[in-house]
Amino acid sequence: MTCSEFLAQLDDLMDNNVTVTMRADLEAHLKGCEHCVITLNTTRKTIEIYRKHEIYELPNDLRDRLQKAILSKCRNC
Amino acid sequence: MSTIQTEGTEEVHPDVLLVNQARAGDVSAFEKLVRQYDRQVFRIAQHITQNREDAEDVVQDAFLKAYEKLEQFQGNSKFYTWLVRIAVNESLMRLRKRRTGRMVSIDEDVETEEGSMPRDLADWGPDPEQQYGQSEMAEILRKTVQGLPPGFRVVFVLRDVEGLSTEETAETLGLSIPAVKSRLLRARLQLRERLNRYFRDRNKDGAK
Repeated sequence: MTCSEFLAQLDDLMDNNVTVTMRADLEAHLKGCEHCVITLNTTRKTIEIYRKHEIYELPNDLRDRLQKAILSKCRNC
Repeated sequence: MSTIQTEGTEEVHPDVLLVNQARAGDVSAFEKLVRQYDRQVFRIAQHITQNREDAEDVVQDAFLKAYEKLEQFQGNSKFYTWLVRIAVNESLMRLRKRRTGRMVSIDEDVETEEGSMPRDLADWGPDPEQQYGQSEMAEILRKTVQGLPPGFRVVFVLRDVEGLSTEETAETLGLSIPAVKSRLLRARLQLRERLNRYFRDRNKDGAK
């Protein structure tokens, strides 16, 4: 397996979406290719970091404004 | 865990119960849905519009629209994905309004060399973020994701940050599943490549 072929399966590998045979091929490639090991590790880490950090925080007053706007549309209130 | 068992064997998502209560006139049930998803809707709107004022307007418009159209919500899709679809459409509308005359599209594919084959081989430390403070880190992540082509960015955000499936992302954006997959791979690799500048293990390779 070449690095390009590995890369084509990278997402499916990370998303646990590969067949047993494919997984074995990918793991065999990883054993002999530090380049792809690093690519896999750092790509995983990239996603993890984006999930972990709140980069856009909800403005404090937005909830209040939103609640008022919804109540104004409420027919039974 | 996030589902409630009903009398039969069918499981009902708690959101569906809240939607039903809201439809029956209980506005506090809808407010619970708002509090549950307002952060996500704001993030999505901010990622697409890249403008705080627009993002705030999108949050308000998307929830009001959802409230008014609650009758049209079909229980066969998740409330969250239905809401996200409304928010994405509202965000794109805002973006187009603001950038009249300029092409704004999340549909076109961008041909780029970056994100094809990773070039920089340096590994990152076990906890690469620790060398940056919280706000510095947020700034790095914002700057990095903002640099992606809009069509890649929205796929990455929906799929990886907000947790939609590939199928849900495709449906929300009106893209094919292969298109979502190809954009996601390139978005992930481009972000990786760009974050590498900040996170590469300096102890190992002696880079500046």
